Amino acid sequence: MTTHVLDVKNQLCPIPVIRTQNQAKKLAPGDILEVVCTDPGVVNDIPAWCRINGHEVLGIEKRDNGEIVVSLKI
Amino acid sequence: MTKQIKAVALISGGLDSMLAVRVMQEQGIYVEGINFFTGFCVEGHTHAIRKQDQNKQKRNNALWVAEQLGIKLHIIDVIDEYKDVLINPKHGYGANMNPCLDCKTFMVTKAMEWIAENHFDFIITGEVIGQRPMSQRRDTMNIVSRDSGAKNLLVRPLCGKNFPATYPEEQGWISREGLLDFNGRSRKPQMALAAKFGFDEYAQPAGGCCFLTDENYSRKLVDLWQVQGHKDYDFDDVLLLKIGRHVRPRPHFKLIIGREEGENKFMEGYKKRFGYLYTKSHPGPLVLIDGELKEGDAELAAQITGRFGKGKHADRITVALVDTDGNETEFEVTPMSGDDFPQEWYL
Repeated sequence: MTTHVLDVKNQLCPIPVIRTQNQAKKLAPGDILEVVCTDPGVVNDIPAWCRINGHEVLGIEKRDNGEIVVSLKI
Repeated sequence: MTKQIKAVALISGGLDSMLAVRVMQEQGIYVEGINFFTGFCVEGHTHAIRKQDQNKQKRNNALWVAEQLGIKLHIIDVIDEYKDVLINPKHGYGANMNPCLDCKTFMVTKAMEWIAENHFDFIITGEVIGQRPMSQRRDTMNIVSRDSGAKNLLVRPLCGKNFPATYPEEQGWISREGLLDFNGRSRKPQMALAAKFGFDEYAQPAGGCCFLTDENYSRKLVDLWQVQGHKDYDFDDVLLLKIGRHVRPRPHFKLIIGREEGENKFMEGYKKRFGYLYTKSHPGPLVLIDGELKEGDAELAAQITGRFGKGKHADRITVALVDTDGNETEFEVTPMSGDDFPQEWYL
C-alpha cells in the first residue's frame, strides 16, 4: 500500500474529478490517494465519483488556508 | 451462458439521458456512462468562483445521475479535441456559437472509439426527435448516426420507435416494444416517465449546460477571435469569458473587471499572464488588462477601474497599474462617471 498525492489546487470541477479518475487508473488496489484541491465542489464530486466506482473515501480535511484534501482508498 | 450485452450512454446530467439509460436497464442491458468535458459546460465553475453562489448546490449532475442509476461514469477531457469542432463546424453554428450538430457527431464518434476499446456493444443517447432545433431533428439525427460511424449501433430509447430498427433490435438484444416514441419539444412525456421510474429529482438546465448557446458568452468569444485575428482559444480563455465584466474601450485592449470578492480572488491567478489595475485609495475590483495599452490608455483604464470601485463618487482616487513583471505605476484620476461610460463598451 502506497500513499500518493495529487495536486489539483486552483482547478475547477470537473477537472479535479477527471484527474483523480485518471490517477486512480494507475494505482493498485489498496493504495491511498490524497487529492489536494481548492474548489469546494470536490466535497460533493469526488465522493460521488468514489461511490459509483467502488472506492472508499477515508476523509475530507478542510485546511485553514482554503485547501481541501480528499483522501481515498483505491 | 448468455453474453451480457453492454451499452455506453452519453450522460449529460439532464433528465433525457437519465431516462434513456433506465429504459435500457429495464431491458437487461448493462450500462456505463460517458460524460465529455468540452470546457464549455462551466456552470459549476461560475458557482465555484463567485462568493455569492457559494451556498448554491455544486454537485456535478452527470455524477449524480450516474449514482441514481447505479452505473459507472467516465468523465473524459476533450478540451483540446473539441477546438476543431467549435472552430470549424462542418454544419455551422446554431443561434449563437453553438455547433450542436457537429458537437453531437463528435461525441458519438468518441463513444464509438470508446466501445471499441472497452468491448461494449452499442451506444445510447437521450435524444428525442424535435426536442432541439439543430441537432435533434430526424434529418440531423440521421446525419449524426452516419457521420459518427455509429450507424445502427446508435440507439435512442426515448424515440426509437420513430426510427428504423437498430442492430441491437435486429439481434434481439433489445425489444422494440420497450422503446418509446417521444416526439417534439414537450417535456410532459419525459416527466411522466420520470414519475413512473420514481425519479422525483432531476436537473432541468435552461438551454442545456453549454455556454455556447448563451448569447452574451458567444459575443465575448467572437470578440476574442476578432481581436486575435484568428479562431483559437485555450482553456483559460474559456474560463475568463465567463468571469467578470468585459469592457472594450479601445479596439486594442479590453478590461476584465471582477464583480465580487470570489471573482477578484480567482482572477488573481492570472496576474502573471495579464497586467492589472486596482484602486489603492478605496476598495474596488481587480481589473485584468487583455491587450496592449497605448498612450493615454493607462489613465483611461484607471478611470474605468475607479468607476467600478467604492470610490466611484470621489473627486480623485489612486489607481495602481501593475505590469506582468510586477512593476507598479500609480495614477491619480477622477473615476469615470456613468454618463461618460458608453454602454457599447460592454461585451
